[in-house]
Order: sequence, then C-alpha cells, then structure tokens
Amino acid sequence: MGIIINRDTKVVVQGITGLQGSFHTRLMLDYGTLIVAGVTPGKGGTEVHGIPVYDSVSEAVERYGATASMIFVPAPFASEAALEAMEANIKTVVLITEHIPVRNTIQILAYAKRQGVRVIGPNTPGIITPEDCKLGIMPAHVFARGEVGIASRSGTLTYEIAAELTKAGFGQSTCLGLGGDPIVGLSFVDTLKMFEQDKQTRAVVLIGEIGGNAEEQAAEYISFNLKSKSSPLRIVAFVAGRAAPIGKRMGHAGAIVMGKTGTAKSKIEAFRKAGVKVAEKPSDIPKLLAEKI
Amino acid sequence: MKLFEYEAKNILAKYGIPIPDGALASSPTEAREAAIHLHPPYVIKAQVLVAGRGKAGGIKFASSPEEAAKHAKQILKMNIKNLRVNEVWIEEKIDVKKELYFGITTDRAHRCYVAVASAVGGMEIEEVATKDPEKIVKTLIDPDLGFRSYHARAMARKVGYSGKLMIKLGKVFAKLSVAAMDYDAELMEMNPLVETTGGSFVAVDARLIIDDNAIFRYPQYEKRLFSEGQTELTPEEISARRAGLAYVLLEGDIGIMGNGAGLVMATLDAVQYYGGSPANFLDVGGGASKEQITSAFKILLTDRRTSVVLINILGGITRCDNVARGILEAKKMVDFTKPIVIRLVGTNETEGRRILTEAGIHVLDSMEEAAKMAVEVSKGR
Repeated sequence: MGIIINRDTKVVVQGITGLQGSFHTRLMLDYGTLIVAGVTPGKGGTEVHGIPVYDSVSEAVERYGATASMIFVPAPFASEAALEAMEANIKTVVLITEHIPVRNTIQILAYAKRQGVRVIGPNTPGIITPEDCKLGIMPAHVFARGEVGIASRSGTLTYEIAAELTKAGFGQSTCLGLGGDPIVGLSFVDTLKMFEQDKQTRAVVLIGEIGGNAEEQAAEYISFNLKSKSSPLRIVAFVAGRAAPIGKRMGHAGAIVMGKTGTAKSKIEAFRKAGVKVAEKPSDIPKLLAEKI
Repeated sequence: MKLFEYEAKNILAKYGIPIPDGALASSPTEAREAAIHLHPPYVIKAQVLVAGRGKAGGIKFASSPEEAAKHAKQILKMNIKNLRVNEVWIEEKIDVKKELYFGITTDRAHRCYVAVASAVGGMEIEEVATKDPEKIVKTLIDPDLGFRSYHARAMARKVGYSGKLMIKLGKVFAKLSVAAMDYDAELMEMNPLVETTGGSFVAVDARLIIDDNAIFRYPQYEKRLFSEGQTELTPEEISARRAGLAYVLLEGDIGIMGNGAGLVMATLDAVQYYGGSPANFLDVGGGASKEQITSAFKILLTDRRTSVVLINILGGITRCDNVARGILEAKKMVDFTKPIVIRLVGTNETEGRRILTEAGIHVLDSMEEAAKMAVEVSKGR
C-alpha cells in the first residue's frame, strides 16, 4: 500500500536526456519504478537507459498509458512541461525543479485543480514508498518499508529523519516532499487525509519549517479530525528554523518569516495545542513515536 | 529583489497611476536643479531598500530649492540600517485628504494572488492587521479570472468610497494589479495611496519586490543582483549568490555550512540547542559541484568572527567525495587554522571520509554529535 504511487504506476520522465534526468532515471529503474517513457522535445526516437524518448508527453501517454510524470526540466521551461503533462491526462505530477516563478506555479496549480491532477512540488525531492517504488531523487538506502508516513517541506532533512527512523526500527509507508517553495501543490492536510485512508500507515511524521502557515493548518485539521484516541494515525512533528531571523530567506524560497507570520514558535505552539508532540531535535523523533504507538 | 521607490513609482506611472512629479538626484546640486523644475513645497526622500527610513531621518520637507539642496546634502551622507544612501528622490508634496493602502501579494494558503486594501494608509499593513483587522479588505484573485473591474470597485466601496470617486479608485486598484502581474510581484503596494484635497488618487509611496525566481525575465534588474548597494544584500550574501549558494549572515561565532535548506536550518537549531551561536546559514544546495563547495567554504573561512566551522553534509545528490575535495582545496587557498568539525554521510561516503581522514580532519556520523562538538570547541577557545 502506501499513498499516491506503487510498483504499477506508469511513469514518464520529462527532461530524461538531461544530466539529472538521466542520472535519476537510472536510480529509479534500479529501485523498481515502472518508467515507460522519457520526453525531451527534439530528442524523440532516441533512448536513455533503454527507455524510449518521445517529443511530447501525449505520445507517451497514448502509447503506454502513463499516469504519472516526473519533471526534471530547467525552471524557465518547467511550467510548460507541467501544463503539457496535465493536458495529456497525466494525473500525478512530481515537479522536482527548483526556482520556478511563483506566477507560473499559481497557473500550474489552477489548471491542476481543474484537471483533477495531484501536483507534488515544485522544488521537491519527490515521493518514495520504500522497497516498492520511488519517483524522486532521494537516496534510497536510508529508507525502509514500514508503517510511518512522512510529509516534509525539506529534502535533506527528510533523509536525515528517515535514516533516524530506519535505524530505530521504524520503517516508512510513504515519504513525500511537499516542496520548499512558498506555493506548492500537496499540503500537509492533503497528505494527512491520504494517510488516514492508507491501511499500511499507522503514524505520520510532519516535517515543517519556517514560512507560511501550512503547519498551523495541519494542526487545525488534526485537532478537529485526528485528536481522539480512536484516530487511525499517531502524529509527531518537527519544525526547522527556530534559530532563523525575521525577513531572511533560509535557502528555500518559502522559508521566510514575514512580520509575525511563519515563525517556528507559532508552528510548534499550534502543533502542541493540537496534541501533537514536537521533537526538539531530529533524533528525538523515534522516541516520541515509540511513546505514541 | 526589491526595487527602489523611484523605480516602483516610474512603473506605476507607466501603467497610468498618478504619482507626484519628481526627479532623482545624487548630489545637492542635482537636488537643487530638480527642485527648480518642480513646484514647492518639496519632499526629499532617501532611496534605500529598507523600511523605516522616515524614522531614521531619511525623509525631509523643503519649501525652496536651496532648502531642498541642504536636506539632500544631509540625507546623502546617511547610512540607514547599514545601507548607504546614494540617491534621493525629490517630489512635490501632495495635499492629503486621506491616506489609504492598496497592494497585491501572494496568498500561500490559497495558492493565488491576493489584493489587499485598507482605509488606513501610511503605516505597515501588518501593523494595521494587528491593530484594526476590520479595516483591511482582501480579495483572493482567481488565477483563471484575474482581478476584474468589478472586484476593484467592490474593494473601493469597502474602503469607504461611492459614486465617481469609487470608480476612480477602482481604476487605480485595477491598474496596480496589472502592473503587479506583469512584473512578477512578490509584493507591489502603494502605501500611502493618497486621496488629495482635489479629489484624485496619487501613489505617494510605492514598493515593488520582484520574485527572485522570475528575475531572468527582467534583464535590466537581473544584472544588478550582484552589485553592492543595488540590493538589500550584504557583500557576503552577494558573493554567495554569485556562486549559486544561499547565505544568511547571523550574529554568532560558529560558521555553518550544509546541503539542503531544511538540514542547514536544523543544524543551526541544534547548535542553538546545545548553547552555541551560529555565525551564518549557508546552504550549498543539492548536487553542489566541487567549485561551489570551494566557494562556500571560502566564505566561511574568511569570516573573522568564526571560532569553529561546522559542516553537515548528508549526500542525496551531493557527492561526499566532491565535498571532501572542495573542502581541502578551499583550505589550501585560504590560510585557515581554526578547527573544523565535519559530519559527512551519503553518496560516495567512504571515499569522502578517506580523503578527509588522510588530511587529518575528523569526520563524524551524527549531525547532533557534530553540533555538540562544534559548540564545545567554540566555548573552549
């Protein structure tokens, strides 16, 4: 089980002939991801690691029935790639690309809503259901199959925490990066709803950071829907950026405290009020999960 | 990227929004010349990219060209929040009947742009939001529909106008929304937007922050990104940006570098947790090249406040052997004798560790152990 993807998900890689696209296609194939085609305009008819390359997404969809796309296209062209995928009837778009202008992201997400498409990212490491399938650039060896779902706004911090969980014997159901941009597709609340429906997932780790109010919204959702003893999920959170100053972007376009909005303190308080344990440091997460399960 | 007030105003004027007549000056003589061609009384305003210039004395009033020159001389000598004032904007003073606010920004939660208006202008909109939240009117902008004339009129009505003035104000709102979209605004605002005693609306102050990720669409501003005094960035932040790195200067003494924004933030937090104080945030990002690692490391090593350098690399796309070679190369270039604590795991980890260990640098496994050790070293100096 796990959410969104599995071994049978037919995947197109947009930007497959690029350095990153080709490198990660190799790693995803090795992991067992069913990549059916690649797309690079102008390179149709070639192959990358034995995967046929097409000029357009619609050709790949018609021929193989692909339902998911991974996008490695550079920022100035990435929004065109995403719109093309959605118009070609792709239902899950993983937008790895960083530095897409917000104006384009807004347009992508509005179209996604109309087409009923799930967008992961932009600026995401992707999604992995350990020992089953990955649509992402994460190092697979830190993940192990299990019952803990992870939703995160950060890439490397997810690897850090997944490695801690794996070491402590907590495998993962599905781990996904929501993306480090101010405006992204899937939210914490969206993923919580999916994890609730997933039979494999019994606990969720939410990894937040400064900026925006996605964590506060998650806390509100949890206090209304997942606080009771009968809730199907145990939830633990971590929030990065306690030491971050106001008004400075901390690496991610979305990681910025503006005025009083988006502080780590506000997020931690919101989680605690909703009954969610918040870890002081990443290595505390397994302990908190153990208390909860 | 923040634009100067005069640049934002010139853009407004291009879209047909009234602004006070004015001119730019970089010397008292130029200021006097400019004033002669304008109608008194004048306002002389420091052009700096930080808020709070009024409180710092960066805005002055004058009734003659001579007085304008005198004020310009003073203002041009100022440093406001560590930023040098290189230019002043001189404009005609507007007769104010009422000060309003109107701006366009992004709404993260609703994944769209939002128009914000207020019947209270001239102060930070966040302050109004805290003190008088009922005075703020917001309209979420549907990405397919855009901000329409009837949305604009409805907002004008809600901030207290009717009849002809409502129509007039609505037009100003609508024009700003077009400008904001055209310029990839993270924020574009008129504050205050003034209703004059003569019954028109004039943008007396304006701000435009362009989305950094869209700056490639504006080559005229893009080339300025790397020049000192032309952005709100410090010299260190500029050299980091040039190397494609994310850097933020902080107040402590522990130099910190890592890969991935979240991981570096968590490293800062861990240092603080163990009682230490970070000197900076430095993210080399995913898939950093050896050259980027070298530049990053050089920035850390040239910071004189540093007592110890803490490096936290968890290789995803970043290769540990590249990191190790970059570190050694930078260390050679900059004569650095302070202690270095490194945490290095991930892709090509064994090779990376071998390279560093052979060079006599100790490598740790855990981020928290490394943070703790860095704090201990910093305290023991």
